[in-house]
Amino acid sequence: MTDSFIKVEGLTRHFDVSKPWLNRVIEREEKSYLTATDDVSFEIRKGETFALVGESGSGKSTIAKMIVGLLAPSGGTIEIAGRRIGPDDPGAVAAVRQRMQMIFQDPFASLNPRWRVGDIIAEPMRTFGILSGGEVMREVARLLEVVGLSAADVAKFPHEFSGGQRQRIAIARALSSRPEFIVCDEPTSALDVSVQAQILNLMRDLQDEFGLTYLLISHDLSVVRHMANRIGVLYLGRLVEVADAKRLFVEPQHPYTQMLLDAVPDLALSGRRRKPVTGEIPNPINPPPGCAFHPRCPLAIDRCKVEIPAPRITPTGTAACHLAGSDTTTSAA
Amino acid sequence: MSISKNTGRFYRIWDSDIAYSFRKSPLAIVSGIVALVIVLAAVFAPWIAPTNPYDPSSLNLMDGFTPPMQENAFSGNTFLLGADNQGRDVLSTILYGARISLFVGFSAVLFAMILGISAGLLAGYRGGWVDALLMRIADVQLSFPSILIALLIFGVARGFIPPSQRETMAIWVLIVAIGLSDWVQFARVVRGATMVEKGKEYVQAARVIGVHPLRILLRHILPNVMGPVLVIGTIGLALAIIAEATLSFLGVGVPPTQPSLGTLIRIGQQYLFSGEWWILLFPAITLLALALAVNLLGDWLRDALNPRLR
Amino acid sequence: MTEPLLSVRDLVVEFPTRRGVLRALDGVSFDIAPGEVLGMVGESGAGKSITGAAIIGLIEPPGRIAGGEIRLGGTRIDNLPHEAMRRIRGKRIGMVFQDPLTSLNPLYTIASQLIETIRTHMDLSEKDARAHAVGLLDRVGIPAAARRIDDYPHHFSGGMRQRVVIALALAAEPELVIADEPTTALDVSVQSQIIDVLKEICAERGAAVMLITHDMGVIAETADRVAVLYAGRMAEVGPVRDVILSPRHPYTGGLMASIPTLVQNTDRLVQIPGTMPRLNAIPAGCAFNPRCEHSFDRCLTERPPLIGVAPQHAAACWLADKEIRNDG
Repeated sequence: MTDSFIKVEGLTRHFDVSKPWLNRVIEREEKSYLTATDDVSFEIRKGETFALVGESGSGKSTIAKMIVGLLAPSGGTIEIAGRRIGPDDPGAVAAVRQRMQMIFQDPFASLNPRWRVGDIIAEPMRTFGILSGGEVMREVARLLEVVGLSAADVAKFPHEFSGGQRQRIAIARALSSRPEFIVCDEPTSALDVSVQAQILNLMRDLQDEFGLTYLLISHDLSVVRHMANRIGVLYLGRLVEVADAKRLFVEPQHPYTQMLLDAVPDLALSGRRRKPVTGEIPNPINPPPGCAFHPRCPLAIDRCKVEIPAPRITPTGTAACHLAGSDTTTSAA
Repeated sequence: MSISKNTGRFYRIWDSDIAYSFRKSPLAIVSGIVALVIVLAAVFAPWIAPTNPYDPSSLNLMDGFTPPMQENAFSGNTFLLGADNQGRDVLSTILYGARISLFVGFSAVLFAMILGISAGLLAGYRGGWVDALLMRIADVQLSFPSILIALLIFGVARGFIPPSQRETMAIWVLIVAIGLSDWVQFARVVRGATMVEKGKEYVQAARVIGVHPLRILLRHILPNVMGPVLVIGTIGLALAIIAEATLSFLGVGVPPTQPSLGTLIRIGQQYLFSGEWWILLFPAITLLALALAVNLLGDWLRDALNPRLR
Repeated sequence: MTEPLLSVRDLVVEFPTRRGVLRALDGVSFDIAPGEVLGMVGESGAGKSITGAAIIGLIEPPGRIAGGEIRLGGTRIDNLPHEAMRRIRGKRIGMVFQDPLTSLNPLYTIASQLIETIRTHMDLSEKDARAHAVGLLDRVGIPAAARRIDDYPHHFSGGMRQRVVIALALAAEPELVIADEPTTALDVSVQSQIIDVLKEICAERGAAVMLITHDMGVIAETADRVAVLYAGRMAEVGPVRDVILSPRHPYTGGLMASIPTLVQNTDRLVQIPGTMPRLNAIPAGCAFNPRCEHSFDRCLTERPPLIGVAPQHAAACWLADKEIRNDG
């Protein structure tokens, strides 16, 4: 697909969580691995907002870190702007690094408390050598205004700002290297609701103005519905469904998506009937065989306990469920 | 315009939480004054000391054992704090001795800090075998008492340095010995703090844009781990001063022609019960005051820097 | 009208700092009826956690209750000595904290923590206390409770731990349970389970619940009544349905409008301009006036009290007063 900006295929990441060697020898235990993500494939088109949604253990943060290069994949490929990141193309990482940036979840830990705001925002510019001298400070002042702060904040320290303001500083830092693609890892989860609205609006405005592409990681379905064009749902490291944003909420194709939607509190007090949520997310070190969701799935059949479902085409996108797709849909009444 | 900016800066420091905490703690103020007095006296020793006790030609053996504030029957000299067994003015020797103690103390701590911080940063950031190796070295070293290590280094140095150089090099060997015996605590603390900071998002943000790891260590992580380092440094200074005194007391520190506070105490100890109490008492009080003041400052600093207690 | 279980009148909580005294709570009043669920909602710094801490007597010095009174079942509890308050804590008021990781002591088994609490407040033998504890764990939905009671906290998942914390809070059969952000640290699917458990078990035992949270969705699903806090003051209080669907305070209205839902279709979220004022910079008059699009001159000078706008529904807003005058 020529217009896909990011292409991820078969992305897998294992973590070695074995006990120390001596303990293993004494207790006669095998090495144990945690599969954080398993065979995840998706695309992000230029200019769109693609969201990855999931609960703890879903692997969404791991995927984000692998895309920006903070973690190396154990398997699979990542292609950014047509260049495949890997040992065959050593220059690829440096080339694409300047085209992407990341915004983190914790506004208190994502800014160095000992640096002034001006230096924090200028760091990407200086690292990539984009501007120099007095131009750097002028650009920093401009960026502060763009994100809704004032140019006079340049000399202040992060602790003088509130959570929402710090997130704006983080956004200004992300913009300073003029990226085309920004990975947003739970950018508003740590913020109050009214501040969240401000930040989300800001992100939308910036996307319109600068033609940015976003990968939005979140656990909050309502936020994702508001911001994303397409959504991928993760469960225990596997991508269970990918669909158009608006349609995902109306016709979910995977039983886990349906369960997530049921769990969202009903703010409109419409008194909608909710199916009670069963069970809990299993331990990722020892996932259930076959489809990881089958112990909690109301529609599980024998095949689900044995065979990991491959993604199947559905009216809204793809879903990894034996019962989804062309023959049967799971959007039960 | 520039004047108001200046007062703005000074006011900000005066009004900061740390300065406020200092102003409010009588113990910190007293310790600070005592330490400052001793340091200034030591720094300006050549100008304020009545004599230069390190100049052998100025000594007169007949001055020996003169009690404080009493005129010596033979030479007619009076010494404020008395004279030691070789006729040195105790007051001057204390001033010059404090100079050595402080110089050795500061230098040794600085050396230990640089060594320890580097090791800690490296171990904390790289992890893996680098961390394991450095920490095992540290563990091995910790199982020996630090004075023994210093003595060991002394012995080794004595083997290397030709006798003619030994006197001039003694101070440097002393500094290296004390510093080498002390770096572990800095390394441990910095390693722990580095591991905490390493996981924070601002470090990840720097890695995302490809900042070189060395730059991340020095410009991002180091400023954030310095807090506990300063506290340990102050207490380490007190310990280094005492370590130097101990080594000189044992006879392996500074050369006998350049006595420090420890040397004086050793000399004085021999004559304590035969009546010449002043040779021991005054240096001992000075050493005690200095070490105590620095220790108390370290305590105050630790509480002042602790964010929980604010 | 039944006697309220908990009655808070004009509660003022202050924190002396070296730059002056900060008022974390400035004259908050509300009641909780026996068995009802009152939601306490507000953003960070609004004072909702402080309210819970004040009621249960856990305000960290130098913070202190500087005014007002708190009555539990008619008797004052805000001015009790430490010993007396300690007896009330657990026996009459139970507490569920946000972080299940730190609420449970990792060095002791669940059994020992539960039994200790039970035997502190109830006169039961070790055997009976243990049976009571197993029954509690069973009730909160821990599978194989009789076996798992001897496990340590780290053997449980986050959701399971929070269930244990709820069991712990209810161990001595309190009349009031204060739950401070009980679901914030949990996944969405687990949140709904925990909320259901909390609601059911409290309803069964007739315990009232004060549910402190910033999450309006949780309130909508769980509470009977809700109180909205802003900058240490109460902005609005009333039945959940009324406050959420027809808010009478501009802050509540702005808050509800800024929450993205699964059903709206707007391009931009409504945002309230500005931020909640810091405690040392609260504006004169109504604390919300700088951010309010309806403010007029009275709002800038006089602080509005809670004005009734409907049965059981009150808002601290001069607009409400204006409307009543216009009607009357």
